[in-house]
Amino acid sequence: MVIDFPFLWESFTTLLNGVPLTLQLTALSVVTGAVLAVLLALMRVSNRWWLDLPAQAYIFVFRGTPLLVQIYIIYYGLSQFPELRHSILWPFLRQAYWCAALALALNTAAYSAEIIRGGLLSVPAGQIEAARATGMSGFLLMRRIIFPQALRQMLPGYSNEIILMVKSTALASTVTLMEVTGIAAKLISQSYRPIEVFICAGAIYLAINFIVVRAFAALEYALSPERRPAPASTADQPEKARA
Amino acid sequence: MYLKSVFAAALLFTAAGQASAQEKTITIATEGAYAPWNFTGPSGELQGFEIDLAKVLCERMKVKCEIVAQNWDGIIPSLNAKKYDAIMAGMSVTPARKEVIAFSDPYAAGLNAFAVLSDGPLADMPGTGETYSLDSQEAEANAKIEEIAALLKGKIVGVQGSTTASSFMESNFKDGVDLREYKTTEEHNLDLTSGRLDAVLANATVLAEALGKPDMADAKISGPIFSGGVFGFIAVGLRKDDTELKAQFDEAIKAATADGTIKDLSMKWFKVDVSPRG
Repeated sequence: MVIDFPFLWESFTTLLNGVPLTLQLTALSVVTGAVLAVLLALMRVSNRWWLDLPAQAYIFVFRGTPLLVQIYIIYYGLSQFPELRHSILWPFLRQAYWCAALALALNTAAYSAEIIRGGLLSVPAGQIEAARATGMSGFLLMRRIIFPQALRQMLPGYSNEIILMVKSTALASTVTLMEVTGIAAKLISQSYRPIEVFICAGAIYLAINFIVVRAFAALEYALSPERRPAPASTADQPEKARA
Repeated sequence: MYLKSVFAAALLFTAAGQASAQEKTITIATEGAYAPWNFTGPSGELQGFEIDLAKVLCERMKVKCEIVAQNWDGIIPSLNAKKYDAIMAGMSVTPARKEVIAFSDPYAAGLNAFAVLSDGPLADMPGTGETYSLDSQEAEANAKIEEIAALLKGKIVGVQGSTTASSFMESNFKDGVDLREYKTTEEHNLDLTSGRLDAVLANATVLAEALGKPDMADAKISGPIFSGGVFGFIAVGLRKDDTELKAQFDEAIKAATADGTIKDLSMKWFKVDVSPRG
């Protein structure tokens, strides 16, 4: 097997055309998924069974079934109902783009909800009691004490979830979307050279996820002043503190 | 303990090597989603024209055959990676494919047509019911393609990716047609009936089979059937260095064509004769 470098470069530049769609699908699903996830997490920690139970059921279904199956059900399954095809939702669901974005968002919401719940529960009860003792309650307590610490706690888990989402967008190629993997499949079908094309596709996902990893590392650093050494030693070994 | 298991593994390998020398087994890959050429039956077993034909050819070649299902978009790379020895999956002989794999003598001709929704704007495209060869009737075929191209402007057309149907669409209808590629013909048929697509282009025998099913009652063939040209002939795909197997397949296909076996199987599965000299 000899790697053909001009072809490798040509594949790489062609695959770059799919990057905007990959990023769009990731961004759209992560943002809408996060909104839904916060709602689900609050329902889970509400201590009211009629809020907790539906959230639990949702998370069970969307974590327990493969994303590919969810995409197929939303794209091919829903379109089999004439009632839906004549509804106001059809202009959206007719398009593969919205079907894929919807499936990705619903899926990530289930996982993220549990990550957020974990973050919320990690805030020590003593701190909440202390905050209540000083007169904080409700939204003020959430904003000043719980959310900042929960956010810091959930970052490692949530960065995992974003990385998984970047990679999951590859499944959108199964419903005709021409993102990086969709273009890769087409290139292979024209050239029959899977190695070069998949190496390039892999490198592109790696590059995107490198940026995601660094962004979360920077955010973690910014949100953890207590873990950084005192200012005097920071001058000596700033890199070590970051690691 | 470790040494012992290595020794046992080595013994197993030698035994397997001897067994294959006595009775050759070849593995044939098919897609399993291209009815009636090859498809997966209700109980999970592979069926279709090519499954029957493979059994006939293997019998004549005096080899044991195992037929496996493989996704269409990886079917050629996996052949070259030696995951199996031959492909029988309705695959047309094309110059691009000939660069990477070898082909046996053809066992069928490739006929392609458009399917559309019966109540849609494309229901009566010119040339419906006629057949044009892209080789011997090039001028007439091109005239029909031009008429159809005008009708397809701004329409969404589905094809199975990396097929002769997709390259035919790309070379003749590049301008003004929104071309969508699917993994299987079954998927683009679903999107035709749901209204996401205005038309699909696929093998005419495959479409005829699908259109016979109740869920595709709203769709029909529109426009002429095209043969020859990029659609060419369908043959067994083989590795380039496997010349011995090619010779065996060529001989078996020649015999099966001459004595009418291929024609009989074709009539059984397609109701038309697709045999290459028929």
